[in-house]
Amino acid sequence: MSLNEEVELLRKITLFGKIEPAKLKLLAFASERIVYDGGQALCVQGETGDAAYIIMEGAADVIVETPKGPLTVASLGKNDIVGEIAILCDVPRTATVQAKERLIALKISKDLFYRMVNEFPQMAVEIMRELAMRLDRANRRLREAVAKASG
Amino acid sequence: METSLFRYILKHSLKQQVLLTALALASFIPLYMSYEVPKTIINQAIQGKKIAYPHSILGLSLEQVEYLVLMCLVFLSLVIVNQGFKYVIHVLAGLTAERMLRRLRYELFARVLRFPLPVFRRMSAGEVIPMITSEVEPLGGFIGESFSLPAQQGGTLLTILGFLLIQNPAMAAAAVSLYPLQLWLIPKLQNKVNQLGKERVRAVRRVSDRIGENIAGVQEIHAHDAANRELADFSDRMGNIFFIRLRIYILKFLVKFLNNFIQQLGPFVFFLFGGYLVITGSLDIGTLLAALTAHKDLAAPWKELLTYYQLKEDARIKYEQVISQFDPPGLKDERLQTVEPDKVEPLVGEITVAGLTYQDDQNVTLVDNIALTARLDRHLAIVGAGQSGKDELCLLLAGLLAPTKGTVAIGGHNLAETSEAITGRRITHVGASAFIFNGTIGSNLFYGLRHRPPKDHVYSEAREKERGRMIKEALASANSPDDHALDWTDYAAAGAKDAASLATEALRVLHLVDLEKDVYLLGLRGRIDAAARPEIAAAVLKARAALKERLTDPAIAHLVEIYDRERFNSNATIAENLIFGTPIEGAIDMDHIGEHPYIAKIMVKVGLDVLMLAAGRETAQTMVELFTGLPPEHEFFQQFAFISADDLPEYKAILGRAEKMTDLRQLAEADRALLISLPFKVIPARHRLGIDTPELVAKVLEGRRVFAADLPADLKGKIDFFDHDAYNPAHTVLDNILFGKIAHGIAQASERVGALVGELVEQLGLHQAVVEVGLSYEVGIAGGRLTASQRQRLAIARALLKRPDLLILSEATAMLDARTQTHLFNAVREECKGRGLIWALHRASLAREFDQVAVLHEGKIVAQGKPEDVDSEGGRFRELVAAE
Repeated sequence: MSLNEEVELLRKITLFGKIEPAKLKLLAFASERIVYDGGQALCVQGETGDAAYIIMEGAADVIVETPKGPLTVASLGKNDIVGEIAILCDVPRTATVQAKERLIALKISKDLFYRMVNEFPQMAVEIMRELAMRLDRANRRLREAVAKASG
Repeated sequence: METSLFRYILKHSLKQQVLLTALALASFIPLYMSYEVPKTIINQAIQGKKIAYPHSILGLSLEQVEYLVLMCLVFLSLVIVNQGFKYVIHVLAGLTAERMLRRLRYELFARVLRFPLPVFRRMSAGEVIPMITSEVEPLGGFIGESFSLPAQQGGTLLTILGFLLIQNPAMAAAAVSLYPLQLWLIPKLQNKVNQLGKERVRAVRRVSDRIGENIAGVQEIHAHDAANRELADFSDRMGNIFFIRLRIYILKFLVKFLNNFIQQLGPFVFFLFGGYLVITGSLDIGTLLAALTAHKDLAAPWKELLTYYQLKEDARIKYEQVISQFDPPGLKDERLQTVEPDKVEPLVGEITVAGLTYQDDQNVTLVDNIALTARLDRHLAIVGAGQSGKDELCLLLAGLLAPTKGTVAIGGHNLAETSEAITGRRITHVGASAFIFNGTIGSNLFYGLRHRPPKDHVYSEAREKERGRMIKEALASANSPDDHALDWTDYAAAGAKDAASLATEALRVLHLVDLEKDVYLLGLRGRIDAAARPEIAAAVLKARAALKERLTDPAIAHLVEIYDRERFNSNATIAENLIFGTPIEGAIDMDHIGEHPYIAKIMVKVGLDVLMLAAGRETAQTMVELFTGLPPEHEFFQQFAFISADDLPEYKAILGRAEKMTDLRQLAEADRALLISLPFKVIPARHRLGIDTPELVAKVLEGRRVFAADLPADLKGKIDFFDHDAYNPAHTVLDNILFGKIAHGIAQASERVGALVGELVEQLGLHQAVVEVGLSYEVGIAGGRLTASQRQRLAIARALLKRPDLLILSEATAMLDARTQTHLFNAVREECKGRGLIWALHRASLAREFDQVAVLHEGKIVAQGKPEDVDSEGGRFRELVAAE
């Protein structure tokens, strides 16, 4: 896949919707395009995180270690961003992200991520929106789970 | 060593000097005759005075002309004989000089190897090196002529003088009347020159020392912006030397000038007095002319003698100044290094230390009256704070430092009197930063096994003769006759019987010190000579085939893109794709491959040139687009290693010129060259510029075929084509196994491939061979191409490999990371079970694992015994543990 084709793909991602093509090209060039086999992990819970990933193709599971064993908390697919918490909050990876099938991801290093966010505040707004939606979803599921446990 | 140069010369080259002097003296007879004969020719042969013709000589009866011819022939033969003498004397003098120089240098270096270690704290390599190499050089020239020259020139002088005397004593006296003045004045001036010469030598030595130091500390100079100050210092010293030399020149040439002036007065005397005598008839003109010639000839030997005098003084000073530096107090006895005992017995029994005291050169007591006993089959730990003297104690126990007072006895041997054959083989010391020599890992690893040459080596006939010559010459200069190139390895000392079993043993030891993986990886990245090691090459090809087999599994097939003659490899550069091989020895300059005439020809032939120019333009456009406005140190320039910030404006300009062109071939040649060089360096899968269009790919493949088919004569044999069944010597072992490229953009591809290769290497029994290749990795000056941790581990492996009866470690693992430290702590103690081990620990708590502990404080032992005895409440040991 050439840079230009990657730029086309990036444009379809909501996060990068408002960014001009020239800067997108730089983003495409600076980030690494990696192919994962089914079963391979993009990040592992507990490890230090140095990059975020944007899924271009394929699907992945988000798995969290619980005392009862691994628990799949979410499923991710095309256009989703993964691993941003570790680089935003400087904490170890909060979960393991495992490819369900053959998956192509764009790896954005911490440095590049911050640069992009600083240069394009709209991107920051999009990420905030995404994180807020996830938080909302997680709260809802927590309420359901508590209700089910007590009821 | 002889204190005076002349004593040194006489002691070691007496025979040659006598021979040279005899030859010099013998040459006087023909010399004297060559003065007599002209007289005879002029007076008797030409003028016919005092002779009657026919003249009978040697039974022949000759007329005048015949007599003339005879005398001329005699004169000619005398000339030849004189020159012949000169030639023989010069060659012999040169031979003598070189032998003596070799002897002197060897002796100096041998002494360096016997210096007590503290000397090296005040004398640097920068000082010693010029002393041994350049300062003694002029001595050689002098030594060759030290006796023969004064004998010859002096004798010549006396001969000529004698001739003059016989002719007319008054004239002879006149000719030499000024010599006494010279003989008085010149030594006075020479003395001054000598003093200045001494000063100069001292100043130059200090400069060498300073240069050495600056080079050693060049990193600090850069880090602290001290370059200008160092340059000012250097300039000062150069200035100092300059002015000393200026004064030397002035004085030296004053001497020469005086000499020449006085010499020119001679003819004045002859013309005046000799002319008077001829006019009054008491002297004939033939004699006067011969005397004039003789006097002119006096100038040469007199000048030589004077120069000789100056050289002699110079040489004497140089010799004395050099050897005074090579006789420090405490110089080790020579026999302790050279004498080889019949058998080196293992050391058994005890280590006994009594009254041991050590003071450094500032008279600070570092080890104070220590008494210690330990068994050679037990392990002893030494603990103490930084200045407690434990470093010095370890060096003393190893026999590397000489005690100021007291004794160290190991297995009954007093170390001060034990030869290095025993201390160097049965005892080993490893310090906190051991030295690794500039060589391979292997040569360093086996360094501790190479002591004496093998006794039973048989040479080929031709080599035998050559060796014989070298040995004879070496012995003539008291040099070592041993052949350095042989295999000095003492296999038995490592518990092996040949190179193969030694390699196995080496592997075991490397694994012990956790260095095996490092060496294995270096082996994968190393290159081998397929002709020298065909078994390894064959095994690698087997691994290559096995890997190809494994890669047919679709789950991992995408990890490696294997070279295929019929396919384009998107993980290799376009250049590599075109050539489909590696140029040997820079047969093609890969940086400017587009400009190579053959490549250019092929590109035109298959129509690739137009496509490559277009690809170049596209690449340049993307580069300019992406990189404009980025600061030059930006990491992107590193990612795209073939374009730098400085080149950007150039490319921008070219793009501007090319903008309106449809056929890029119309560009100027320089522009074309720059444009076309870009796409050759592109790796499509990595750089993702999209220039690998199907059209380009097809043309590249076609170009590949044509390249191989039409290969010109000057490139034949210079390209190593990728051949699935052949080993590619220009590539590393790993690349040979892969026979392809690891794919870009696949998660953890290199780790997975590495694991796969490791598996196959293990399966095919290739692991040891790869480690052996790793052993031939060049470590650089002082082992600089290894990390400090690797160097330390290598030094410990070197020590363990020779299985010493006593291993002394002086904080040897202090610089390693915690995990490696723990690993080595256990592994080394396990390996040394039943043998002697003394470990000066930097972490006192570890001493609890030892059989015996000695606690040092300010050079004294404050506690000694089993760990539980030493570990008392409020004791020094507890303090040390608490401070960890």
